[in-house]
Amino acid sequence: MSATNGTPPAPSTGSPTNGDGHRPLLETRDLSVDFGGLHALDRLDFEVHEGEIVSVIGPNGAGKTTLFNAITATVDVSAGDILFEGASLMGLDANRVTARGIARTFQNVRLFANMTVLENVMVSQHCRTRQHAFGALFYTPSFRREETEIRERAEKVLSFFGSRLVGYRFDQPAFTLSYANRRRLEIARAMATQPKLILLDEPVAGMNPVESAELTGMIGRLRDEWGFAIVVIEHHMDVVREVSDRVVVLDHGTKIAEGDYAEVSTDPRVIEAYLGHGTEAS
Amino acid sequence: MTATLPPETGAAGASAEPPLAASRPALAQDWRRLVRMGAVGAVAQVFIALSNMPVRLDERVIVKPVLSLGYLTLLIVPFAAGHRVGHQIKREGMPQHAAGAHEVAGGAACGAVAGGGLSLLAVLLANFDLREPLVNWSPMLAELLAFGNATRFAVVIWLLIGAAVGALGGGLRLLGPRTRRAVVTMALAVGGAAVLEPLVVDLAEGMRLEALTDRLYARRGGINWTSALGLAAGSGILAVLGRGRIQQARAHIAELEGAQRTRTNGLLILATAAVLIVLPLFAGKLTNELLANVGLFVLLALGLNVVVGLAGILDLGYVAFFAVGSYSAAVLTAATSPRINPELPWLVALIVVVIITGLVGLFIGAPVIRMRGDYLAIVTLGFGEIIRLLFLSDWLSGWFGGSQGITKIPGAGIFGLTDVAGTDPRRVFYLVLAFCALAIYVSWRLERSRLGRAWMAVREDETVAEAMGINTVNVKLLAFVVGAVLGSFSGAIFSAKVGSVFPNSFLILVSIVILVVVIFGGMGNIVGVIAGSAVLIGVLGGPKQPGLLAEFSEFKLLIYGALLIWMMLARPEGLIPSVRRSRELHQQEMAQDAWLKGQVEDDNHDDGGSGPQATPAT
Amino acid sequence: MMGIGRAKSGAPRTGVDWFLTFMRVAILTLVAVGILAFIAQEIDTDNPFARWANPDATGLTGAQFRGLIISGVAQGCMYGLIALGYSMVYGVLGFINFAHGEVFMVGAMTGMITSNKLADAGLWESNFIGSLIFIVIVSMIVCTLVAVIMERVAYRPLRGSPRLIPLITSIGVSFFIQNASIVLLGPAAKAYPDVPDWVKDKHTFIQIEGSRILVVVVAAVSMGVLWYLVEHTKGGKAMRAVAEDAEIAALMGINVNRTIVKVFAVGGAMAGLAGILWGILFRSVIHTTGFLPGIKAFSAAVVGGIGHLGGAMAGGLSIGVAESVGPLLILEPLGVSGVSQLRDAVAFAVLIGVLLLRPAGIFGERLPAEDRT
Repeated sequence: MSATNGTPPAPSTGSPTNGDGHRPLLETRDLSVDFGGLHALDRLDFEVHEGEIVSVIGPNGAGKTTLFNAITATVDVSAGDILFEGASLMGLDANRVTARGIARTFQNVRLFANMTVLENVMVSQHCRTRQHAFGALFYTPSFRREETEIRERAEKVLSFFGSRLVGYRFDQPAFTLSYANRRRLEIARAMATQPKLILLDEPVAGMNPVESAELTGMIGRLRDEWGFAIVVIEHHMDVVREVSDRVVVLDHGTKIAEGDYAEVSTDPRVIEAYLGHGTEAS
Repeated sequence: MTATLPPETGAAGASAEPPLAASRPALAQDWRRLVRMGAVGAVAQVFIALSNMPVRLDERVIVKPVLSLGYLTLLIVPFAAGHRVGHQIKREGMPQHAAGAHEVAGGAACGAVAGGGLSLLAVLLANFDLREPLVNWSPMLAELLAFGNATRFAVVIWLLIGAAVGALGGGLRLLGPRTRRAVVTMALAVGGAAVLEPLVVDLAEGMRLEALTDRLYARRGGINWTSALGLAAGSGILAVLGRGRIQQARAHIAELEGAQRTRTNGLLILATAAVLIVLPLFAGKLTNELLANVGLFVLLALGLNVVVGLAGILDLGYVAFFAVGSYSAAVLTAATSPRINPELPWLVALIVVVIITGLVGLFIGAPVIRMRGDYLAIVTLGFGEIIRLLFLSDWLSGWFGGSQGITKIPGAGIFGLTDVAGTDPRRVFYLVLAFCALAIYVSWRLERSRLGRAWMAVREDETVAEAMGINTVNVKLLAFVVGAVLGSFSGAIFSAKVGSVFPNSFLILVSIVILVVVIFGGMGNIVGVIAGSAVLIGVLGGPKQPGLLAEFSEFKLLIYGALLIWMMLARPEGLIPSVRRSRELHQQEMAQDAWLKGQVEDDNHDDGGSGPQATPAT
Repeated sequence: MMGIGRAKSGAPRTGVDWFLTFMRVAILTLVAVGILAFIAQEIDTDNPFARWANPDATGLTGAQFRGLIISGVAQGCMYGLIALGYSMVYGVLGFINFAHGEVFMVGAMTGMITSNKLADAGLWESNFIGSLIFIVIVSMIVCTLVAVIMERVAYRPLRGSPRLIPLITSIGVSFFIQNASIVLLGPAAKAYPDVPDWVKDKHTFIQIEGSRILVVVVAAVSMGVLWYLVEHTKGGKAMRAVAEDAEIAALMGINVNRTIVKVFAVGGAMAGLAGILWGILFRSVIHTTGFLPGIKAFSAAVVGGIGHLGGAMAGGLSIGVAESVGPLLILEPLGVSGVSQLRDAVAFAVLIGVLLLRPAGIFGERLPAEDRT
């Protein structure tokens, strides 16, 4: 695995490299999300650089998924700002955020269950394609070209997972897939939106050790071969150790530690957050 | 889904016939179930009798001196109850009992209880006068129930009839699947011939084949009993001979590869189109009128199908677009329109109509599109009603004529070639046919495009669709507008056909009828939607338009309501479901089936996707 | 609730948002201008502002205005009682029981039949209050039965299916009941027997028709009883528990099916009562009687916040008053003619406006757990 060596990413498919090398790809400033009186996120500063794999860990209810939801505009932000490539994401609808180049997966796999595997990936290219009703009605050459492109790109993305999601599986409805394959398809769907940053919410949850190890390797390849920056929420510490350039620990909506795996895993505050509360110790 | 699964399931044996245990003795009935079902039947019988269906439908004869539609409505209930009571729940691995005397006896008992409802009614009719609230509490009904004899006769005869018919219903279970199919085909053939009588007679006249219909049908309606026997025998033989042929042909077509399959489909479409173009030439005015009405509703149903079937938006106010289309076409073409009367040619007006309706679609769609599905349904219903009330109001009567409506609307002129008006329903039908073709093309192309996929995704999970970069608001709004425009075509043709528009043609019940039609055929499936509207509107009729069973006009809305409930309970995916819709509604069962048949991969044996172990890929 | 989009900045983002903002502003402006013009014409009919839109404006006398308010309140009470059924069913099962308006119609029909029979027997005139109680009881029993049968036949088999399926089914049920009424009872409107003078006439010292007072009193009493039942009895607690989370309630030993039947029964009984109130107010009933009051009552349930009993009543009152006063208060001063024809359009507009401006209602909604995001 070349996941931890921090090599610069290979040129990605069409994503422009950032002119300013010091500016983070994604940056949250004083980000707060309140649910009623509860501070799910409390003045959080968080950043991701291009080509970086960041793990977000923390006990249950620490605000990890809320962070994802806030970035992708699925919850209301109470205060603070989110910058992506230097521009604010505030006030954008979820689909605009995706169009800017942030894709995500869901903790409880949410596929379009009755659409086929291929359709799931094809529909996710919506914001990268232009053809509208007119082209479809008159079957214009540009419409046909784009349909072919969409299909080819979908097949290419799916072939990233080896032979698992290709061939006869193209035309199978997503709900017939095994649990592990559903997780893979979710990642494929995120890849198909042609993002610069992918947010993976517990990608190996529910997988057996073999599958989990394989997917861990894939997360590294996603960065190396496709050039995505990646944020992973994960509970499995071996996965975290394997993939992360940097680990961020959240508790009660605030950042309590940050650094590489070795630093973080020995940080007393982290140990207290996990063990002191008597919650889940992985 | 069956199409994607091979018929053999290998060792899993989930679909293999379970072992048949010996039949049960005749008296070992589940009496509670039997009485309950009988009681439901009895209530249904009394309801049907008091709804006046038997009396009104007695005039429509099915088989010359033997059976009228009126009696059929009464006989069908004990038959269905008797058949239903013998139903065994199939349990995996549990033996099924063989059908035998038990089923017949149970059916007879159940049918007798159901028939008993009518016996009781006959007694009550003779002794009480409830005419005050129940308008059909009449001596005529008593006479019909007693076949003109004394009340005592009615009591006995309905118990007997109920038992006999119920026994027949239960007895149907004794037949093997092949014989049963033959019997059902025979019944359908005779029933179909009777229902289609006006159509067949009319066509035969057009083709100068009166001799044939004179033989088939009695002089004053109904099939001659001799011809009925002949028809039944013929269709029975055909059913036995043709067993499986149709399925084989379908399987054959399904197996064809790309280009060949496209060609076969093209040929099928061409053949259908040819029949639809040639048929009206031989048909008389009434049949063409019927065809034109059916066509109008097919067009409306296709439009609603885009909204409900493809994008999953339950629009209960669809009639609003029909109304706006009709009224704007009327205002633009009629000289008698109160305020503005540019008297545009129809085709030019149509363009303006499309723009206006599209804008109205945007105007109605924009506020509702972010709402929760069920709130959206109610609010669209509200908009539909508001639009009708506005057309009706004195406030706008200076524009739209209020309750007087707009009359003397000219027909639709097509490039000065022909003038399509209600006086010539054949031309109306051709016009409708052309627009139906357009609507089919539009929905077919859109479904298989980037937009169609986005609609599907929105229907599946709106939040995720949004997160995957789909602008759900715009996409849904577009579905709304496409539906609106298709509805406006129908409206523009309607006003040219009828020659006048009144607010009362656009009641909410029109929306509901279109919804029933779409659901009956199968949401999201073009063929299903067309078949559904053709059958329902053709046989029962539209909200104000008569169908083949014109005698049903009083009862058709009742039947539409009952049909809607029944479809939702028994077959929510419709008669001809779209593959996807039935997946959606039966996902759990299908996943279970697939699991039983070893089709779902096992997480622990995921071998890297060399194919499922139990079955080859299709 | 919506789960998508965010409104942090408050500024409209897409074309649709601009349009919605425009609509909101337009609605509020229309209402404000209408009311101002109304006030202007009340102060002085020759006021230029009153003359500006509607030269024929006459304004209302104090007695007319009070009369409108009172009739609005009386009808609002009726809507509130119907709204309870919508609100409770939506709160527990999460779908709109579209056929609930038809249950109300069945109540009004039952009242019509029973009261006519009583009038034939001479009891209606001789003992009006007794007869009234009798028809209320009969109607409540019939409507309870109708609602419970409806639940058993049409809705229980659909428990757990996608949300729109039971809604479509309930549309079918509504269509069926309406048309069953046509074929069984005939399509014509049917009249209640004549009521005693003290119900018909305005009372000299308060200037309100007796029927309106009767309606308000009956509604208030039944609301009180219902409130006690739901808040303070075991069955009521079970209902609230099931509304909160049916699965957990079942684990806690509550019979969910029986509780749901009770919810339908209570809603049906209230609709039956409302049917009689309709009979007293309008003395005529037809198969379509249930449709508009049903929609209005649903709006009332939304206005008050789905799942709130008190909210349903408050919503009913506000819808009732709005539809009775609204056309004359807002539309007439704006120069719209024939405003009384637009009452129903106004009621629908209120529904749309509420869902546009505040979909969770005035008091916030209480929905089953899975319907909240």
